[in-house]
Amino acid sequence: MTRLARLQEPPMTSLADRPELLRMSRVDKTFGGTVVALKDMSLRVNQGDFISLLGPSGCGKSTALRLIAGLLTPTAGATRWAGEQKSGDLGVVFQEPTLMPWATVEQNVWLPMRLRGKTFGEMREDISRTLGLVGLSGFEGAYPRELSGGMKMRVSIARALVTKPRLILMDEPFAALDEITRFKLNNDLLAMKSQIGCTVIFVTHSVFESVFLSDRIVVMAARPGRVIRELTVEQPYPRDEAFRTSSEYAAYCRETSEALHQAMGEAA
Amino acid sequence: MKDLAEMPVEIDADERARLNRAKFERWGTYALPVIVMALMILFWDRIVVWYDIKHYILPSPGRVLDSLIEGRAVFFDAWVLTLAVTAAALALAVIFGVGLAVMFTQSRLVEMSLYPYAVILQVTPVVSIAPLIFIYVDSKIAGLLICAWIVAFFPVLSNTTLGLNSADHNLRDLFRIYGATRWQRLRYLQLPSALPYFLGGLRIAGGLSLIGAVVAELVAGSGGIGVGLAGLIQEAGYRLNIARMFAALILIAATGIAIFALLSFVSHLLLRKWHESAIKREG
Repeated sequence: MTRLARLQEPPMTSLADRPELLRMSRVDKTFGGTVVALKDMSLRVNQGDFISLLGPSGCGKSTALRLIAGLLTPTAGATRWAGEQKSGDLGVVFQEPTLMPWATVEQNVWLPMRLRGKTFGEMREDISRTLGLVGLSGFEGAYPRELSGGMKMRVSIARALVTKPRLILMDEPFAALDEITRFKLNNDLLAMKSQIGCTVIFVTHSVFESVFLSDRIVVMAARPGRVIRELTVEQPYPRDEAFRTSSEYAAYCRETSEALHQAMGEAA
Repeated sequence: MKDLAEMPVEIDADERARLNRAKFERWGTYALPVIVMALMILFWDRIVVWYDIKHYILPSPGRVLDSLIEGRAVFFDAWVLTLAVTAAALALAVIFGVGLAVMFTQSRLVEMSLYPYAVILQVTPVVSIAPLIFIYVDSKIAGLLICAWIVAFFPVLSNTTLGLNSADHNLRDLFRIYGATRWQRLRYLQLPSALPYFLGGLRIAGGLSLIGAVVAELVAGSGGIGVGLAGLIQEAGYRLNIARMFAALILIAATGIAIFALLSFVSHLLLRKWHESAIKREG
């Protein structure tokens, strides 16, 4: 049985039943002893969750992501994986595509595996399958400068997926794209996630994006960065364009907007 | 107003002007400098004839050419010596410049300790260090090499250091997340990021190593193993053989141009696939 098939998400697991993947316990992060970027954040991430961190700028959502990625160490508290975290368990997509301009699309996707000592030959099939998954078959030999913004982002996603990670962190990945491209990538991201069955933590400042994509929305407030509310979107996947125009969607957006306004009102 | 579909397929005045400009740029880049040079040589020749200037004051272009052809064996040997010193100095500059730059990025300690001395070496005029070098170094070749190297290595060092530190921050984070070793980060991230910067420094260093080789030979004086182009200029000067001085000077300039063209071509080959500087854009 291939890893892909094994990781297939069981249909309709209720949120509470999902096994824990990692947990942030009472995490504080202070920069330079004075700037409190994150205050007392606790978050249980379950396997298969699609969590959006939503909030105004300065609410610490990117800081939270960097803490989970291990790029920052918490001032207090801890982030722990349930079980052992192996290399390649984590994939990251930044706001910029962050590709190596001197390398072709397939070499860029190869990078995480190359750093683990895998040759291109060993990885060829995985790379071309992953590129197929993000809809970039036929662009293996292209250089990043030849691609549009949306396609570069797809390469970036393919690079995050190629290690078959258990958790993918995305830091406002579609913020710099136009709305039409963003909608398309939102749809495709959900399709990819259901195929792979990984967990996603997605930082965004768009209410609509967070409602469309996630089953859990963590609303954060600024100064100091903290969680003020957690919402659940009880809409089963797959979600399509019909969901975008449904009254449920509008209701979730309204509820999330209110929470966000509350977050912004609470900012000192 | 006419229907859009009936409009003749024709480029507008704006577009035509742009195409003409592009065409002019294409041939102008090469043709104009050649025309200017031809005019200058003609003017030089006429001045000598009109004012009946003596050849030991200003030789005519034809006389310079004669001198070059007549002494071609001597010129060739001198040219080989100068070129060899220049090329060896450039090679040393690349090895030391890149090597030191890599050490700087691997260890702040090394960078903080050594960087000021690299600057001192650069800002002290080589003409003032050269006499000392020739006192302590027996071999004339080695002395020439050291002088040329001192001038050439700084642009390689400073540009490469800048390039190694210019790697995208998110890519650095990505390498950390994937647990890359120092060596992997250097090999797969920092060195490719530094390549355009290094090549920029290399082009400057190519010209400088020729200047260093020539200046050092002027300081060292004739004698020893052989005579380079600068030595020829000096010797010819003593004998008031002005045509020969011009001939050697032209060879030096031509060599400098050739080095620059060669390094630009290498740079273009290495960057044309991906770097902005090597990509032509429409409009």
